[in-house]
Amino acid sequence: MSAAGADVVIIGGGLHGCSAALHLARAGVRALVVEKNYVGRHASGVNAGGVRTLARNEAEIPLALAALELWHHIGELVDDDCGFESFGQIRVAENAADAAALQQREARLQALGYSHERWIAADELFLRVPALSRHCVGGLIALRDGAALPYRTTAAFRRKAENLGQIFLEGTRVLGIRREGNSWVVDTSAGTLSCRVLVNCAGAWADAICAALGEPVPLEAIGPMMLVTLRMPRFLEPVVLGTGRPLSFKQTAEGTVLIGGGRLSRVDRGLETTELDFRELAASARTVRELFPVMRGAVIHRGWAGIEARMPDEIPVIGPSSTAPDVFHAFGFSAHGFELGPIVGRITAELITTGASALPIAPFSIRRFAGHAPD
Amino acid sequence: MTLASRYDILVIGAGPAGLAAAAESVAMGLRVALVDEQGAPGGQIYRAITTTPVQQRDVLGADYWYGEKLVAAFERSGAGYSPRTTVWAVTREADEFQIGLSCDGGAQLIRARQVILATGAQERPFPIPGWTLPGVMTAGAAQILLKSAGLVPGGTTVLAGSGPLLYLIAAQFTAAGARVECLLDTTPAGRWRDVLRHAPDFVASPYAAKGWSMLRAAQRMMRIVKGVEQISAIGAGKLDGVRFTTGGHTQDIPADLLLLHQGVVPGINLSNAIGCAHHWDAAQACFTPTVDDWGATSIPGITIAGDAAGIAGARSAEARGTLAALHAASALGHLRTAQRDAQAVAPRRELERWNRGRKFVDALYLPAPEFRIPTGDTIVCRCEEVTARQVTETVALGCTGPNQMKSFLRCGMGPCQGRLCGLTITELIAKERGVSPAETGYYRLRFPVKPITLGELAALPQTDSSVDAVVRIKR
Repeated sequence: MSAAGADVVIIGGGLHGCSAALHLARAGVRALVVEKNYVGRHASGVNAGGVRTLARNEAEIPLALAALELWHHIGELVDDDCGFESFGQIRVAENAADAAALQQREARLQALGYSHERWIAADELFLRVPALSRHCVGGLIALRDGAALPYRTTAAFRRKAENLGQIFLEGTRVLGIRREGNSWVVDTSAGTLSCRVLVNCAGAWADAICAALGEPVPLEAIGPMMLVTLRMPRFLEPVVLGTGRPLSFKQTAEGTVLIGGGRLSRVDRGLETTELDFRELAASARTVRELFPVMRGAVIHRGWAGIEARMPDEIPVIGPSSTAPDVFHAFGFSAHGFELGPIVGRITAELITTGASALPIAPFSIRRFAGHAPD
Repeated sequence: MTLASRYDILVIGAGPAGLAAAAESVAMGLRVALVDEQGAPGGQIYRAITTTPVQQRDVLGADYWYGEKLVAAFERSGAGYSPRTTVWAVTREADEFQIGLSCDGGAQLIRARQVILATGAQERPFPIPGWTLPGVMTAGAAQILLKSAGLVPGGTTVLAGSGPLLYLIAAQFTAAGARVECLLDTTPAGRWRDVLRHAPDFVASPYAAKGWSMLRAAQRMMRIVKGVEQISAIGAGKLDGVRFTTGGHTQDIPADLLLLHQGVVPGINLSNAIGCAHHWDAAQACFTPTVDDWGATSIPGITIAGDAAGIAGARSAEARGTLAALHAASALGHLRTAQRDAQAVAPRRELERWNRGRKFVDALYLPAPEFRIPTGDTIVCRCEEVTARQVTETVALGCTGPNQMKSFLRCGMGPCQGRLCGLTITELIAKERGVSPAETGYYRLRFPVKPITLGELAALPQTDSSVDAVVRIKR
């Protein structure tokens, strides 16, 4: 099988793969996405949906801010609002130590020229989050942050890319890649594809591609756990994050409450399954109970975890391969890649079409793992 | 009862399969507990057998009271028993299982080396226009009210659907003094001709005589309309009547209560969430856990007994409970293979006896596609009020399976966790795409499989790891 005239083969039908396909289409480059399962099957489809510039690693801030602009006009990009709502995100300080840490961060960001995170005192905090326990002392707010529906978003990127002529091969597993002349040959469970450029958006499975390219990376497959409640009367608009303890907390438009924050399930990457750890979830439940007294009687009715990749330094790998020509990576988003989806696809498309990106991506180079021994 | 922190075998469900499995396990000297959601043993078939106010024996019938013997044997066995207990998770923990359960508002985690699921059956979804109106319920739910509280419907009652249980319930209600106006039988006309090849086996089975006398009795007691092709519940705000079509002719009859029943299917929410392999059973048009002839699943240590592993009825469930216990004991190294096989001879003989005629019953009462696969504005997912048309339109958008459908329409994401729409969604997508239900697949179900409060979850004991939980939010 040929790649049906595609110049680029993208491995992985998560949000990043779909976004790369969409931005390539906009640049007039034909791409084909190979997805072993279905588009949005793992973390892209089932993450907490946070559209967050708040609390980002400093290296990610320029990308996150650029992405946020795209989110605020997401309908123009994908013809769907993706369920995006912008009620802000707030990291709450529960004590003096939390408050000091957050205020130091605000000062550091301001010194770097960023103003998207702002300290708010207790009175403003309780005005914005009336349901919050009164032991909280303040917080950092990113006003333009928000949340979207992850599966709907991923599906919208895919649909728009498809409408612009890109091809998606679902239920198709990549078995190997090899170089033939000036082309890449991708052996898949549905036959062989040939293309000029390869993009690695394989998420928790991306390290296999890197290993095949001779640039192994220390990637860990993780499954951040989430719980959802039955519908409750509306009591919360912004997304609330913990400072001293892990928590991500939001109420969806239909009233269900989503509890996440990075506590991890056990993951079997081969079987593509996760197993929840209820003692860990109990700790999340205690945090929620203490921060939101209204939640004591909330009914939990489903928990899950989406499989994704975490790098040791918890920032992604974005950019060209260090060993092979015409290969670009975008993986390892370490549990906070959703917000970056719209922009990283554009960066990848820019790298392919112009050889450079207008945004600073040097910190994300795969070269930082040079010398990592393969497992 | 206070549960211990560890058992050799945990049995979930106190119907015939669970009662037999627990009694057999404890007789072999194993540490066993049986946990059950109800307040008293019996499951659905023998529900409330120790507490029912319906003491006139011919109302619920001899097959119901047979359960007394089984419950008595279980009570004599000395197996641990925790009623009013809901299991909401079963996860692997090293070479054991960790079971999350709640009893009287308190959650706890206990461990067991082997788990026997005896979680029984549920009524098949029966989505017709108007089935969410007040005044419409399942016949099984009405039977629960009769068994547990002696309640019978007061007004004009119409029964509709298919299958032996429908006629049993009709007989029980009539005996209890209810006025059943009419029974609308949706068994497709001509189905008898298709199933004749299975008839000799059925005639030789213990069910034949019973089935025949039940049909005859029902015919004497109420109007029976055969070959019903369409049914709608009609009314504004509540049920006023039932509209049905037979032989191309449509008529309305007034009704205060419409009881729907289209047979039972395995309750697979727990086995699915645990990750056991399931397959599409075309004969019963449902997903069924894939088990061997001991009830062992694809996950070593998880065994399924009774109707939860495929519908075969109460007496078969009892035998399968015994076999599951023998298997679990053998897996624990407590019973040598030869002993296990020797002790399995008697229950296997029982199983064979009670499974005879099953093919006939399955083939005769397989609901017609129009009662499994609704169209138009008929609600499919009651929790999220998703209609058949929404589902088919979403398939046209490129949604290929039930799990994607959850993301598009939230169907299956309400409190029932897909119990009342799962099979319908699968068959609807399969029909629309022109592929098999097996290929379409089923919802991936998630723990907790039964809702728990945040307060209950928060009260679970901490571990060292959760105390030292890695804080991943950066400063």
